[in-house]
Amino acid sequence: MTIPHRKFDALIIGAGGAGLNAALRLASADLRVAVVSKVFPTRSHTVAAQGGVNAALANVFPDDWHWHMFDTVKGSDYLGDQDAIEYMCREAIPTVYELEHAGVPFSRLDDGTIYQRAFGGQSQNFGGDQAARTCAAADRTGHAILHTLYQQNVRARTHFFDEFFAIDLIRDEEGAVLGALVLEIETGATLVIEAKATLIATGGYGQVFRTTTNAFINTGDGMAMALRAGVPLMDMEFYQFHPTGVAGKGMLITEGARGEGGYLINGDGERFMERYAPRALDLASRDVVARSMVTEIREGRGCGPNKDHVMLKLDHLGAEVVHHRLPGITDICRVFLGIDPAKAPIPVFPTAHYAMGGIPTDRFARVVAPARHGPEEVVPGLYAAGECACVSVHGANRLGGNSLLDILVFGRAAGTDILQYVAENPNHRPLREADLEPAVTRLARWERKGEGETVAAVKADLRKLMEDHCGVFRDDDTMAVGVEKLKALRERVEHARLKDQSPTFNTARIEALELDNLVDVGMATLMSAHARQESRGAHSRIDHPARDDERWMKHSLYSRDGDRMDFKPVRTKPLTVESFPPKARVY
Amino acid sequence: MDRADRLDPSLNPKLDPSLAAEVSRLRWQCRRGMLELDLLLNRFLDAGFVELDPAGRTDFVRFLGYQDQIIHDWLMGRAVPADAPLRRLVVRIQQAMRA
Ligand SMILES: Cc1cc2nc3c(=O)[nH]c(=O)nc-3n(C[C@H](O)[C@H](O)[C@H](O)COP(=O)(O)OP(=O)(O)OC[C@H]3O[C@@H](n4cnc5c(N)ncnc54)[C@H](O)[C@@H]3O)c2cc1C
Repeated sequence: MTIPHRKFDALIIGAGGAGLNAALRLASADLRVAVVSKVFPTRSHTVAAQGGVNAALANVFPDDWHWHMFDTVKGSDYLGDQDAIEYMCREAIPTVYELEHAGVPFSRLDDGTIYQRAFGGQSQNFGGDQAARTCAAADRTGHAILHTLYQQNVRARTHFFDEFFAIDLIRDEEGAVLGALVLEIETGATLVIEAKATLIATGGYGQVFRTTTNAFINTGDGMAMALRAGVPLMDMEFYQFHPTGVAGKGMLITEGARGEGGYLINGDGERFMERYAPRALDLASRDVVARSMVTEIREGRGCGPNKDHVMLKLDHLGAEVVHHRLPGITDICRVFLGIDPAKAPIPVFPTAHYAMGGIPTDRFARVVAPARHGPEEVVPGLYAAGECACVSVHGANRLGGNSLLDILVFGRAAGTDILQYVAENPNHRPLREADLEPAVTRLARWERKGEGETVAAVKADLRKLMEDHCGVFRDDDTMAVGVEKLKALRERVEHARLKDQSPTFNTARIEALELDNLVDVGMATLMSAHARQESRGAHSRIDHPARDDERWMKHSLYSRDGDRMDFKPVRTKPLTVESFPPKARVY
Repeated sequence: MDRADRLDPSLNPKLDPSLAAEVSRLRWQCRRGMLELDLLLNRFLDAGFVELDPAGRTDFVRFLGYQDQIIHDWLMGRAVPADAPLRRLVVRIQQAMRA
């Protein structure tokens, strides 16, 4: 079988905010750009971001990019790379103005400037008064950004491959990336897209956990492609969970519900936070609340027939408060649970929200991996940006409003660097048939006939396993057992089979390929979490409750080959200012 | 046979093959950028779609052509579609979620 080839200057895998901002930079400079997306571009997950994007515009309160930088370093629990953080916080300001000029309808103040709201973790003057740094387009910032960028790309003649699924990267013998093998979902036909530079911008992987806020498409495809191409993943143990997601579904019930006076109860009707956080109660920090909930469930005090969730009680607040101050929660309960939260409690469980870890890059979005000459050697022709990448600006913990910023700033940085790279490397490198083999073999694997487990069954077990063994409750025993179980599950995938072998619109085949990816990123997460014997940011361990800068102020790297763990230093030196030395992270 | 299996032609010989093909095509169109939409649309595809008459199925295809944010507002009850067939569809999708 010969697979057709198409050639472009740049290939971008993913059409969320990161991919589209990179594409726009390139197409505006008249490069031939291909953007591949498994769903129609404006259905990318960026559309779900409601809160907004951070930039120190100082429209509401005094502000400074340097304060933004301090908050981000502190928020990262000192694991973020300070050169990249300085770059992001400085670039935030022109980035937001650029979006404004491109037509994003930001909400306004009376004087016509962009309205900014206050979010947790934002301060003036290096830890002083509350700052207001988040720019929003009503409650649909992600939607507005995505649509604006998409329209601009169409105008700039970016070539879109809509509903094409990227299977794997193509690398030559010297390790340079030559493009990717992709599959057209409608026809099942494969295509090789050759490019001088390739950007992975495939977003997050919340679907590896049973309860998540992430859409079904967030399966870590790009991260797993990087792993299979021999690139390690960085800081994968850092995954942000929200304590209150709708049990069994995942949608977020905002902290506002507890802020208004809602509280959690267990299966005995007990207000259990009184035992874990006698003062802060249900408003204790997210990780404390989430871990307390799971402890109640593990010890048999959960609610429901399977005792697998707890309840969030709002009914004592009265219909007036619940319906008027918490309209979003009221809607979710009505539509998904058929209940009125002013009358009945809401079943809740911690929900997986955001990946801090990912494909290691420098601040130019170039993928860097350990090689002969050190831990950060550039992989020629390969870039990553957005939630799939780890620059690292979020370190151990991301601040609200900083991820839309990350995708825009580093998407653009990728575009800028690719322009230069393509100018310096004007020819496509030769691609041999043998370079395609690993990708073609992986695809063919799912064409094997015969009896075997279904993809859906293995996937459900994987997601439960990750939730039980690498969720918010982490200790050595729980994770050691998890690693063994996951290795066994990885074997089961080898024996799973597809019943439906039809070529056209074979969603089952796509789901099988996604399962391969989920297993790989799941292993990266679990192995990294097991290795890190401290608590830092979103990674909190019961058996190592404190941060340990002496041993653990370093980035972790997981390689698929031999399930190997490696480490590299944090970049504590910013570009132009003094570094922020580690301090206890208290708010 | 569970709901999803009923829509799988290899498991349910009684399923009209052209309808089965239509369902697999629409399955991918029900993959959206928001979890809420994934849950609502996929549930409806499994539970309510085959019960629609041909006009209703055409309406559903048209419905899927709208932007995520608009569909979200309709299904969460924050806005109402202008035409009656889509309004009926919204109610059916919401009912399927709670069934
Ligand atoms: C409910 C929710 C609310 C949020 N709110 C905020 C907020 O208010 N502020 C904030 O800063 N952040 C927020 N976030 C986080 C933020 O939205 C995401 O981190 C960000 O949008 C990710 O953007 P991205 O460009 O990296 O990827 P995405 O937008 O996820 O796009 C990924 C792209 O990759 C494509 N793709 C994936 N795999 C493949 C493949 N195999 N082949 C081809 N294409 C592929 C997809 O089709 C898609 O186009 C929120 C997240 C959630 C879940």
